[in-house]
Amino acid sequence: MKAYGSGLRTTLGAGALALALVLHPTAPDAAEPPIKIGAVLSVTGGASFLGDPEKKVLELFVDRINKDGGVKGRKLQLTVYDDGGAADKAASFTKRLIDSDGVDIIIGGTTTATTMAAVPLAEKAEIPFISLAGAVVIVEPVKKWVFKTPHTDRLAAEKVFADVKKRGLSKVALISEDAGFGKSGHDQSVLVAKDFGIEIVADEVYSPKDSDVTAQLTRLRNAPGVQAVFNFGFGQGPAIVTRNYQQLGITLPLYQSHGVASKEYIKLAGPASEGVRLPASGLVIADQLPAADPQKAVVTTFKKTYEDTYRMEASAFAGHAYDGLLIALAAIDRAGGTDKVKVRDEIEKTANFVGTGGVVTMSAKDHMGLTPDAFHMVEVRKGDWALLD
Amino acid sequence: MTSTFLQFLFSGLTLGAIYALAGLGFSIIYNASHVINFAQGEFLMIGAMATVSLVGLGLPLELAIPLAVAIAAAVGVALARFAVVPAGDASVVTVIIITIGASILLRGVAQVVWDKEFHALPAFSGTVPISVLGATMLPQSLWVMGVSLAAILALGWFFGRTMAGKAMLAVSYSRLGAQLVGVPIRRVLLTSFALSAGLGAIGGIVVAPITFTSYEAGVMLGLKGFSAAVLGGLGNGLGAVLGGLVVGIAEAMSAGYLSSAYKDATAFVIILVVLFFLPNGLLGHKGSERV
Amino acid sequence: MTSDVHASAAPARRGGLARALLRPRTGGLGLLALVIALLPLALPNAYAYDVAINAGLNAIVCVGLNLLIGYAGQISLGHAAFFGLGAYASGILTTRYGWPAPGALAAGAVLVGVLAFAVARPVLRLKGHYLAMATLGLGVIISIVLNTESWITGGPDGLMLDDLTVLGWTLAGDHTWYGIVGVTLLLTVWLALNLIDSPVGRALRALHGTEIGAQVVGVDTAHYKVLAFVVSAVIAAVAGSLFAHYAGMITPGKAGFMKSVELVTMVVFGGMASTFGAIVGAVSLTVLPQLLVAFEDYESIVLGLIMIGTMVFMRRGLFVTLLDLAKSWRRS
Repeated sequence: MKAYGSGLRTTLGAGALALALVLHPTAPDAAEPPIKIGAVLSVTGGASFLGDPEKKVLELFVDRINKDGGVKGRKLQLTVYDDGGAADKAASFTKRLIDSDGVDIIIGGTTTATTMAAVPLAEKAEIPFISLAGAVVIVEPVKKWVFKTPHTDRLAAEKVFADVKKRGLSKVALISEDAGFGKSGHDQSVLVAKDFGIEIVADEVYSPKDSDVTAQLTRLRNAPGVQAVFNFGFGQGPAIVTRNYQQLGITLPLYQSHGVASKEYIKLAGPASEGVRLPASGLVIADQLPAADPQKAVVTTFKKTYEDTYRMEASAFAGHAYDGLLIALAAIDRAGGTDKVKVRDEIEKTANFVGTGGVVTMSAKDHMGLTPDAFHMVEVRKGDWALLD
Repeated sequence: MTSTFLQFLFSGLTLGAIYALAGLGFSIIYNASHVINFAQGEFLMIGAMATVSLVGLGLPLELAIPLAVAIAAAVGVALARFAVVPAGDASVVTVIIITIGASILLRGVAQVVWDKEFHALPAFSGTVPISVLGATMLPQSLWVMGVSLAAILALGWFFGRTMAGKAMLAVSYSRLGAQLVGVPIRRVLLTSFALSAGLGAIGGIVVAPITFTSYEAGVMLGLKGFSAAVLGGLGNGLGAVLGGLVVGIAEAMSAGYLSSAYKDATAFVIILVVLFFLPNGLLGHKGSERV
Repeated sequence: MTSDVHASAAPARRGGLARALLRPRTGGLGLLALVIALLPLALPNAYAYDVAINAGLNAIVCVGLNLLIGYAGQISLGHAAFFGLGAYASGILTTRYGWPAPGALAAGAVLVGVLAFAVARPVLRLKGHYLAMATLGLGVIISIVLNTESWITGGPDGLMLDDLTVLGWTLAGDHTWYGIVGVTLLLTVWLALNLIDSPVGRALRALHGTEIGAQVVGVDTAHYKVLAFVVSAVIAAVAGSLFAHYAGMITPGKAGFMKSVELVTMVVFGGMASTFGAIVGAVSLTVLPQLLVAFEDYESIVLGLIMIGTMVFMRRGLFVTLLDLAKSWRRS
């Protein structure tokens, strides 16, 4: 009951504040209400290695921006809830952000499932919502109030198949995780394979917490004509796939998705990861980007700021949260306030925004704004990424 | 063909040995209290995570492992001392809920003390696969099997030959009876938690080079271990190992020959069928119910 | 002997139903109705309603599950699967086959009832932890099917539902849903109280005491265990259907092992063998995590400590222990 009591108090408090503003229309800047940013992230649970850095990024940069005076003279106020990776909790917390906390914009939905649970609520409440999850379904078909910063799984599949084709290969075996990210990636891979003249000759799955996948890999190896293997998943699974791949002595080219584009993957998979190729954003290979690359300055600064504060590698997922926050604040700045309709329109007008994930240009038809160029093909060499294109 | 089958079998043996090690700890606490300890998986996680962080501090593996096992055993004793013993004669279900609370607590502590990343331990004897008739297995799998075997032998000796072990069994048969003949119930409980936590930690450490570890690793290991222990027959160490192997081989064969999406389901179907014909598990005793 | 008890039980049960309505124990039901009616005064916004509705749905499942755990003394670690099946039946039948919502809800309940009945006999032959294992396995198998057959279930990302429409009326909005869940909870409690107060309930309690003892005095124990299992499964399925329509989506996680453990925890936390205890358990463990959000990284540490502390100091559950305390205080 206590929660409701305090909720009531906040409501009353907000009411009193609104009243004060009406009574003193020329109130000084200090009395300006803060810009309320809400986030629902999977800080714990199976996707915590995505949600935890996302939370850290939001906290770090909201704090920094506030120290620099905020946006349009207004301070930022960040509220983060942890959904533990559960879709229904994400829905509840989104309601809490909208109804109880009265936020101006929502960032988050670490996974596709948690995002999709929040989407109908944001649409109904007409509140701008920037998702940090991967799947295409979030922005296709376009939803008026919903945007996203990470590359889609379709872009990743296209990048990988383009590389497979470049090597003169055409018969690919898929092995994917049977949870949200892997399943969606798998479906998109099957969908776009035809466009590249690629034939899927085998198709296996594993659970995110499986300890051994040699049985599935043995089946892939025995598939007739197989020329390359593509694994879609994140977390520990792909590292186990990679190790088992080496254990079985399979020498076909192995591709991973952007879901493992962090040094952590190389560390876990060890020497078995040598030669593995995957699509990665500019952030992952910040130091290798040519100086002329438009992203060079942004990713280098972000990486340094994050890593100096938290003493851990800035993953691509951390970058997605950074991009989301900056796109939101830029839109609020251009809109001249937190009017939700204006902010939404301004997010849609985001053009040539240089983020950690790539150069973003959105439109009424594209609520992500990234092109396949946002990905670089990298290969693991001597325990580090080597830039291929 | 043979090599394919053999590869599935090796995969199953690797998985099975992991589940067996996770399952063994359940039987010790069950023997002393008839309680299923839902925090058992967390003991495995603590062992592995503590080893990772001690190695990270620069300790050699040979020193980090015993230290980590000691830490886990201490956590086990603390759990028994501050949560299980004070519950006194509460019903078994109540104590099970206490262990569920403990598992949430331990995961919470682990994510604060350590982090939310995945970690790998180096394999004990390298990662050069052992090849048999075209199928391969990692040396670490042999370590897991060897440690399971050693653990069953040690437990058999403990429950069959030592006073402490016999006292534990006596308590499991009749708490009051044991108390009347002078068995210190409290000490038996503390010992059983220390033992199963220590054994769990060893298991967690030996499997970590294969499965990796994180603050949440105990959830899966606990579930599979529980399945292994029940399938084998609760309170029977050999049963837990047998149960683990059956579950592991069922999963691998199913992934290999049927469908990788339904491999876990296949394992549970087998468990259900076995329990249908052997209601006390593969090696469980037909217990007489107290009236 | 068994059949004797059986034959006399049927008419007694019918008379019992009518009489129970006028009994003082229905006072508890009245109090619950009052709380449900007055609570909206303390709910400031849609989010608070959301918490209340989720607490109510959990309470419905727990009241049913308590019949099985608290009265029949049989543990189930698979009840979330029945909840999930009910939810998916509603979702699939309404969105993919255009069924009316009430029909889909009923179909889900019947499906789960038949399934529970079919597996009940072999599964309930098992005892204690072996029963827990079998129900766990059953639940896991169901949740794997829901996760895998994405052509019909939508897979890991779940299934979206339309608003609940009954006879052309669209039921949406927090106040409407609060009403629906409140009334369903009252009906469930009424059903449970009557069942407990009938000869069936007495047989169940005898079962919990000692099954062999119950058999010796001629109670057909298997029959009553199956009954409690099927009733609790159907109640979970109905709650699942309601949840799916209310939330507008259902994911396989809702049918998973962790959710089953959570449900059992709620029943024991509130107090086994007490219908109102089950409600208190469900409500407190739904609201608690919402309050503990303030602890951020320390949230699960605090939740774990509260669970351990409550069970150590209130061994018979929060509600039952407090009720006993209140009673003994009044007497002295």
